[in-house]
Amino acid sequence: MTHSDLSSTSLQTVPIHTEEDLLTARHAVRAAALAEGLGLVAQTKLVTAASELVRNCYVHGGGGVLRIERVLPPPRRGLRIVVADQGPGIEDPDAALADGYSTGPGLGHGLGGARRLVDEFELRSEPGRGTTVVITRWTA
Amino acid sequence: MPGDRQAAREAVMRAIAGNRGRIASTWVDTQLARATPAIGGEELGEEVQAIISCLLEGLGRDLPDDRVATGHAPLREAVADLSRRWARLGASPTAIATAVFSLKPAILGCMAPQAEEALLVGRLIDAAALVSFQTYVDSREEIIQRQNRQLLEISTPVVHLWHRVLAVPLIGTLDSARAQIVMESLLQAIQDHQAAVAIIDITGVPTVDTVVAQHLMQTVTATRLMGADCVLSGISPRIAQMVAQLGIDLSEITTRSSLADALTEAMRLVQEEGRTERTPAG
Ligand SMILES: Nc1ncnc2c1ncn2[C@@H]1O[C@H](COP(=O)(O)OP(=O)(O)O)[C@@H](O)[C@H]1O
Ligand SMILES: [Mg+2]
Repeated sequence: MTHSDLSSTSLQTVPIHTEEDLLTARHAVRAAALAEGLGLVAQTKLVTAASELVRNCYVHGGGGVLRIERVLPPPRRGLRIVVADQGPGIEDPDAALADGYSTGPGLGHGLGGARRLVDEFELRSEPGRGTTVVITRWTA
Repeated sequence: MPGDRQAAREAVMRAIAGNRGRIASTWVDTQLARATPAIGGEELGEEVQAIISCLLEGLGRDLPDDRVATGHAPLREAVADLSRRWARLGASPTAIATAVFSLKPAILGCMAPQAEEALLVGRLIDAAALVSFQTYVDSREEIIQRQNRQLLEISTPVVHLWHRVLAVPLIGTLDSARAQIVMESLLQAIQDHQAAVAIIDITGVPTVDTVVAQHLMQTVTATRLMGADCVLSGISPRIAQMVAQLGIDLSEITTRSSLADALTEAMRLVQEEGRTERTPAG
């Protein structure tokens, strides 16, 4: 089953076009995590993962959007973050996920790190068409 | 350009060229009656003369009506100049745009315009008013960014905590601009105080992602290159776990969970350095 098979409701959308938007996005994710009853550690993990993704969206993807969704049962409740852009896309997703791989001056730990911080992680990218990363944290 | 549009262009140009003085004085009178910003009639006259000249030049160029104001650089600059000057004098963006709009009746008032000519003047001046609005927004944006930078500098103080010990308590986000300022002011302070240890306290940084970690590591490296030790404080177990899961290795860096622990460590390092300096090697 892929993510899109699950029913979900959109809670909030944050455009990602400036450095300030990254801050707004982190705040929005933190607020949503708090509202969904996530503990401090879980909140921090989700916000950190989202922070990596929105920065990638801004830096590598040329900007895009972050969407916060609530995943509805069945079978589980959860909080889902979708970060999408229409930038250059990722040629080799497996390489990009490996720690230390960066096409820029970054540490190259963002994607792999984000994957380790959440319960579900899905990377969809088509070279030339953009990148969408979906992360989910189960809340029940 | 189709023939009727071309004819309208020429008619409008003739009307403006033949009535420069009247257009200018009508416009100045309108502004003086509104008493918007405190600008004298003479200065207003110069402003509008400049715009009218550029309008004429712009109309003579092969640009669509609604692009003359943006596409003919001297006209765009003349409108932007007026907007910036008025904005500095406290005029609102609406007042500035209204002043630009009032060129429309001033021009149309000195000709018996055909429908096509009236439309042309409308398109022309509407676009100019948009330029004035955009200039206003841009200059506000510039002011806000300048203030942000100033705020950054005062919100990242370097504190002289103890003999040869400095601390930078970071609060909020550590973006690239901020990290740069932190680095510069810390290195300067290390030199000024001949500091042996710098404590970077991140208790107030809510999210430590890979970019923040990278900035921190760069700052630590730079500090070491200056011959000082660096202690990172405020690394709670929760943050330490996060950083580890991001796959970032902070083991080369001395970390402490609280500022108090970091200060204790810093004082130990200062003493140690004092001892090695006094004891000759061997
Ligand atoms: N949204 C995106 N669009 C295009 N390329 C991306 C995107 N996100 C990640 N990448 C690519 O994947 C690489 C690894 O990303 P990441 O692990 O976050 O490291 P970093 O951002 O430090 O380079 C990036 O250097 C970039 O080449
Ligand atoms: Mg990244």
